[in-house]
Amino acid sequence: MTVTSAASAVSAMAPTKRRLDRDDWLMRGGICLMIGWLGLTLILPLWWLLSKSFQNNQGAFVGLANYIEYFSTPALFASVWNSLFIAFLSTAIVLPLAFVYAYALQRSCMRWKGLFQALALIPILAPSLLPAISLIYLFGNQGFLKDWMFGVEIYGPVGIVISQVFYCFPHALMILLAALSMADSRLYEAADALGASKTRVFFTVTLPGAKYGVISAGFVIFTLVMTDFGIAKVIGGRFNVLATDIFKQVIGQQNFEMGAVVGFVLLIPAVVAFMADRIIQGRQVALLSARAVPLVPKPDSGRDNGLFIFCAVVGFLIFVLLAMAVWASFVSRWPYNLALTLKNYNFGEFDSNGWSAYFNSVELAAWTAVIGTAIIFVGAYLLEKTRSFGAARAIAQFMAMLPMAVPGLVLGLAYIFFFNAKGNPFGFIYATMAILVINSLTHFYTVSHLTATTALKQLDHEFEAVSSSLKVSLLRTMARVSVPVCLPAVLDISIYLFVNAMTTVSAVIFLYSTETKLAAVTIINMDESGFTAAAAAMAVAIVATSATVKIAHLLITRRLERRTQAWRQR
Amino acid sequence: MQEKDAQPPRHPYLRIENLTKQFGSFWALKELSLEVFPGEFVCFLGPSGCGKTTLLRAIAGLETQTSGRIFQADREISNLPASQRDFGIVFQSYALFPNLTVADNVGYGLVSRRMARVEIATRVADLLRLVGLPDSGPKYPAQLSGGMQQRVALARALALSPGLLLLDEPLSALDARVRAYLRQEIRHLHKRLGVTTIMVTHDQEEALTMADRIVVMNHGVIEQVGTPMEIYREPASAFVADFVGKTNLLAGIVVKPGLVRYGAMNLSCDLDIRPGPGSEVTLAIRPEDVVVRNVDANAENTFAVRVAEMEFLGSFCRVGLSLDGGKPALLADFSINTVRDLSISEGMDMLVGLPAERIRVFPGAPQSS
Repeated sequence: MTVTSAASAVSAMAPTKRRLDRDDWLMRGGICLMIGWLGLTLILPLWWLLSKSFQNNQGAFVGLANYIEYFSTPALFASVWNSLFIAFLSTAIVLPLAFVYAYALQRSCMRWKGLFQALALIPILAPSLLPAISLIYLFGNQGFLKDWMFGVEIYGPVGIVISQVFYCFPHALMILLAALSMADSRLYEAADALGASKTRVFFTVTLPGAKYGVISAGFVIFTLVMTDFGIAKVIGGRFNVLATDIFKQVIGQQNFEMGAVVGFVLLIPAVVAFMADRIIQGRQVALLSARAVPLVPKPDSGRDNGLFIFCAVVGFLIFVLLAMAVWASFVSRWPYNLALTLKNYNFGEFDSNGWSAYFNSVELAAWTAVIGTAIIFVGAYLLEKTRSFGAARAIAQFMAMLPMAVPGLVLGLAYIFFFNAKGNPFGFIYATMAILVINSLTHFYTVSHLTATTALKQLDHEFEAVSSSLKVSLLRTMARVSVPVCLPAVLDISIYLFVNAMTTVSAVIFLYSTETKLAAVTIINMDESGFTAAAAAMAVAIVATSATVKIAHLLITRRLERRTQAWRQR
Repeated sequence: MQEKDAQPPRHPYLRIENLTKQFGSFWALKELSLEVFPGEFVCFLGPSGCGKTTLLRAIAGLETQTSGRIFQADREISNLPASQRDFGIVFQSYALFPNLTVADNVGYGLVSRRMARVEIATRVADLLRLVGLPDSGPKYPAQLSGGMQQRVALARALALSPGLLLLDEPLSALDARVRAYLRQEIRHLHKRLGVTTIMVTHDQEEALTMADRIVVMNHGVIEQVGTPMEIYREPASAFVADFVGKTNLLAGIVVKPGLVRYGAMNLSCDLDIRPGPGSEVTLAIRPEDVVVRNVDANAENTFAVRVAEMEFLGSFCRVGLSLDGGKPALLADFSINTVRDLSISEGMDMLVGLPAERIRVFPGAPQSS
């Protein structure tokens, strides 16, 4: 049976190297392009930022001098504590609220779940500035509930924390909804059969099952608060945080080197939170086997009514903050003339860019959605479906995860330094729409990449093997099978990119020019100039646009699901 | 074996030479060599992790071997990518494209061949008829049962008329009845088309019923290659004897050539025993080879046992026999007829015989599993 010859004995020693076919070259070329792209739009700018923080304003290397100056200036260093304080406090408030809210939506039989869920997720469509503006109308110097504050200024930590809670709530809620969405009812039946009390079941079954979601949500809130710029800018008053410090150093004092130092200081907590989250997520093992029986909550009037009251209160507060901004945007002259008017939407009267800023934002969002979805999905496909080429894939994978750890403000600052540097061949995109698009899609790369990866992982791993056995190129299989099957995820990614590009402030605050000024930036400008009503109007315009796009997305997805029902197993 | 050698030497269709695959420090395949002849149906059989799937994927070019060579139809394919090899493949998951109709799935490889649309339609219809699904063309895979999806995958793999058909555990995701039926179907299809076929399976019954030859693998090496009958009747190692079918593995010590000491008894064995006197050996005898009718108390290999346990398995009983009145040491399968005729029941004492020609002897003590 066995044939052994001298020749084969020799060949047995030589390691086999598989020849590469056209698909292999395409895939490898694609991964190299992806590394090149992320290198250019992420790694090099960050490197420039880092090196800038070690230079003086003449560009000479000064070692740690800037850092020493930073940490020995109490006014600057105090911001670190302020930022940490705000972030911890906001996390401590949001996490339990969002957990109970998510628990009510997933594990109870209370009424109006759909309404509560929709209401709680709306803030995601709004720029972070919106709650801050609403709070100013409610509790600010001319706020009609100012008395409720008992003399405490809303401008400062109180206003920041309340706004952050509103802004972060839906982000935490989404993660916790997912964490609580699945449970094995057999575990609950076993606990019941063993006579465990409800409290014990909660602490021994429910909470451990959602543990990783809770931790993840905690890190997300912490990072969001640490790195958010808009809220502190609008309602922070004289309370300095890291994000506003960068802005002051760079825009106010033109001290780019100190801005770079603050940028790096801001990067540290974000990176630490990111890495800690990764490590903990890595420990997570699938708690749900394929045989799990999904838990269906049973009615329990005490619990359901309690949770209903809780959700009603939280939902009402969210509604008030949203409605306040909408109302304010239609009021003639707060608080003296409450007659309704549209004049606040005549943006030309408050800001030289007028409505063009709004249309710039829509243009930015559209480009980011289209180009970003294409680049990110193809990138994820390459990483997921290429065989071998391990080192390059690992590098590209790391690069795709990195943007999550980089605050928008830091990325924006890095872009100024890099693309504005003398002799940069890509300098021509500076102050154009292109740099805004590239910045936005890089800023929001990771979440989109993970969405695409998750969808691609659900495809059969052998599709590519089958198509090469049938001599069909991978490009064709990607176009005919992978993309159509992943279409819902592709739509999710594009909507995510659209909404975020529409609402973001921090990533673009350094990068716009007079021609490419954006809606969210005008909100800050108009608020600074005292046109708070117009600022509210612009925020409402942004929410309305995001909401319209989101509703269109829901309708398209529903139609798509109906049309493809025949081949989707349910 | 002698008769086979008398035939004109056959020319192998697929030749594998010293194939080795290492994953880090783990050897998935060790210096493995094998020949497959034209039109053969070969099964790779072994426990999970024995390297059978790695071997199949190396033949397909989906996995690159660390070293070693592969020839298909006299062409060296060792380092060719999968797209340049000639094979059709069916996976355990079927890997049917969910968004394409059955017809589009089957015609998937034909479309890029730039065939005329009519030609493709005819070929697809032929293939669907071949696998017994003539009317399923416009349906989507999700609308078909597992067994039907499996047949669509088979039709798709055969569409380009490959020289080699690779089946990677094609039946293990199906329930028992469908599996038995499809076993026959695949066998018929193979007879009709004569395409050289390799199937990976961990199910010995599947391998025994379907294969022309079985390649039994363990720990990355081939334990035995042979027809199903050879594998079952003449296992080359204790592993094969134990993995294929049910076997009693007994620890013995060689007394002299042809005689092995087992417990307090001497058993004669027909096969010449290579290990010298005093060495430890493993005796293998299948439960159905234990004789209970017409046993002569004075004949060799005959001894008294007590029925310790009886397990009713439908057409036969599996009986645990105890030598010393304690725990059962030997399993025997007795037909229902035998059980009835001899009124065998638990606790009964009787005589059994182990025919010398049925006992296989392997060097070394039995591996406790």
